[in-house]
Amino acid sequence: MKSLWKSGDPFVWLSGGALALSLLMVAGLIGLVLRNGFGYFWPGDLVELGLRSGRVVLGEIVERQAIPDPGAAVGERVRYRVQVKQGNRDAYGADFLWIDEDDVVRQRQPADAVVIERREWGNAYGFVTAVKEGDETVARGADAWRALHSRLPETTRLTQEIRDVETGTIGAISYEQERIRVQLRGLQRRNVLDPEKVRVLEDRARELQAAYDQELARLALLRARLTGAAILAVAGAGERVVPLEQIVRAERPNEMDIGEKLAVYLSKVWEFVSANPRESNTEGGVFPAIFGTVMMVVVMSILVVPLGVLAAFYLREYARQGAFVSAVRIAVNNLAGVPSIVFGVFGVGFFIYTIGGSIDRFFYADALPTPTFGTGGILWASLTLALLTVPVVIVATEEGLAAVPRGAREASLALGATKFETMWRVVLPAVLPSILTGLILAMARAAGEVAPLMLTGVVKLAPALPLDGFAPFLHLDRKFMHLGFHIYDVGFQSPNVDAARPMVYNTTLLLLLIVLALNLTAIVLRNRLKRRLTVSAV
Amino acid sequence: METATTERSLSQPMRTPEVPARGRQVGEASPVPATTPETLIRIRDLTLRYGDKVALSKIDLDIAKHRVTAFIGPSGCGKSTLIRCLNRMNDLVDGVSVAGSIYLGDTDVYDSRTDVVALRRRVGMVFQKSNPFPKSIYENVAYGLRIGGVRRKAVLDEAVERSLVAAALWDEVRDRLGDSALSLSGGQQQRLCIARAVAVEPEVVLMDEPCSALDPIATAKIESLIHELRSRYTIVIVTHNMQQAARVSDLTAFLYLGRLIEVAETDRIFTAPQKRETEDYITGRFG
Repeated sequence: MKSLWKSGDPFVWLSGGALALSLLMVAGLIGLVLRNGFGYFWPGDLVELGLRSGRVVLGEIVERQAIPDPGAAVGERVRYRVQVKQGNRDAYGADFLWIDEDDVVRQRQPADAVVIERREWGNAYGFVTAVKEGDETVARGADAWRALHSRLPETTRLTQEIRDVETGTIGAISYEQERIRVQLRGLQRRNVLDPEKVRVLEDRARELQAAYDQELARLALLRARLTGAAILAVAGAGERVVPLEQIVRAERPNEMDIGEKLAVYLSKVWEFVSANPRESNTEGGVFPAIFGTVMMVVVMSILVVPLGVLAAFYLREYARQGAFVSAVRIAVNNLAGVPSIVFGVFGVGFFIYTIGGSIDRFFYADALPTPTFGTGGILWASLTLALLTVPVVIVATEEGLAAVPRGAREASLALGATKFETMWRVVLPAVLPSILTGLILAMARAAGEVAPLMLTGVVKLAPALPLDGFAPFLHLDRKFMHLGFHIYDVGFQSPNVDAARPMVYNTTLLLLLIVLALNLTAIVLRNRLKRRLTVSAV
Repeated sequence: METATTERSLSQPMRTPEVPARGRQVGEASPVPATTPETLIRIRDLTLRYGDKVALSKIDLDIAKHRVTAFIGPSGCGKSTLIRCLNRMNDLVDGVSVAGSIYLGDTDVYDSRTDVVALRRRVGMVFQKSNPFPKSIYENVAYGLRIGGVRRKAVLDEAVERSLVAAALWDEVRDRLGDSALSLSGGQQQRLCIARAVAVEPEVVLMDEPCSALDPIATAKIESLIHELRSRYTIVIVTHNMQQAARVSDLTAFLYLGRLIEVAETDRIFTAPQKRETEDYITGRFG
């Protein structure tokens, strides 16, 4: 027994087993995410089920499971049930339905069954019977499907134009109006009642109001052109009217071949990563969340690297090594063990209320009582996360500093360089790979963090991105969306859990990919630096 | 090369209170003043402690200009500590205290007003382990000049070439000055370090066991380089290797247990040592 232990074989098994177990768990997690997430965008076949009760259900089968029956005798036949996504929430009240397979008396896949993805109320399933333009029916029966598709591009173009006016032109006018309001208030507050200035501002405000009214009129005209509607025969609910501008896409999946399905799949994936969310985040895309996550991580990196590196340099290069410095080092390392929500509370109390409040009082007083920096925002969230991750950067940098060969420092000093010149020209370049290692760890930690963000600036739905076309372009005071919070919100705060679940997996997958991409960038950079620093002797 | 007869009279005697002084007292007029080489470095009553431990005890030593002076002695005798006093590299070690004085020309090395940075530009150093920076060959040699504020490319180019030629490395690297210095072999790296040290035109070059990590061929190249350099620089070399001391140096100082036992021209030390410890060491009875 003792000789077996000494031989080292058990240790090989133990260490190999530990690695295998870790890999298994990680692979299981990623596998779960992939299995549940990837399939969601694939246009599934539509099935019409005739039930024993005489009811007819049309929809996609999303899940099949054994009915748990603890009292069943051994060997008794296991019964199954299927979950059907029947959509038409406006008609039925619920998107999803569980059906015992025993109740199904008839099943078919009608070729002309249609799934319509709507901007509101989720999917609609049914058969297109007619297309209307106002009160007039323009196509009926077999022609209706073709008429619907010939009208959709024009409708999509019109809705896009309406959205452009709403967010672009009108958004710009509102932004300008708000600025003038704040300026006027500022003049009043300081009692500078220079009539000339006030008059200029008021004139400008009147011009803007006129432009605003004009745009509103234009919008009304555009909206009036949206008159088309599809008539959909919905199983058990008669004929429903679906206005064309409500339609994101309409498909007959049972007729499609694999290529067409793939095209729909890719267009849905593209929508997911590039569009704004709809239906309280359970549908549409997550682009604002991707943008917010990446931008927050970037801002955090810009804040955390100088802070951590400078602190590490002082600790290792300037501070007299002793009990106090050791205590500081231990304290810094243990900072990583503080629950992240505590950092969030600190962020609210110190950054937002104290610093942000002061900034508002001194620089944005005209806008008060509406807070500018005195409320959650991407700057404060990034700062809080920088504080959370700064120990990682300090530890990594310190280890790098300790590994810089003494010979390199001595050579520089012996050539008449000062300590600062030595650190700037010799030590810092040598320690860059370690700094990047610290940054990689910090980014991974920050990108996945949710709790402190909920207190310091993340929102369920942000009206604008923190980076846009209005000067000063970078709005660090704005609230933002974040993939990690999006997962929590969609998964646990959504009224329609079944519809939201695939979004949770897909968002998780996306977050993983983003962290991976950010890390790969840093790793490539680090390896390039390392190669330059350690060319081995020939 | 000087002849042995002249060198004999040039040797600077050492003086330690524990051991009765041999020959002339420090500061006594030389019997042959006309050919006395200028003394560049004067070490007087130098005692160095690491904390409570005495590493160097009451060293008196003169180092002649444009000569090669070798420090020999067994491990731990203080020869590296002594050479590191000459450019104050010992300042980097915590808990070092120094008593006595060292003069480089008219400069009091250990005076608190002395500019250490300026001192180190006058006293270059080559280390035991070659330590090129992880930069290009060119940047390694230009480093000291850039630190000194030289910006003009032409000046740098000229200095880099001159230094590499002086270090007998130019022909090997002239076509790849942009390559990483770490791609050179061990012996080339050490010669690069010498080029880097001489690029700033120091008065003294200190070499702390420069060949201990090198093979015999690389060692031979460095030794012949030392011969070349001594016409322009004052060289102080620490070595473990007594043959090396005999080959490259004009003067040899033997240190033992932190004290300077004997200093004389190299021929004399190896053929007719005056002290018992010296004889025991060079004949291999200990060390």
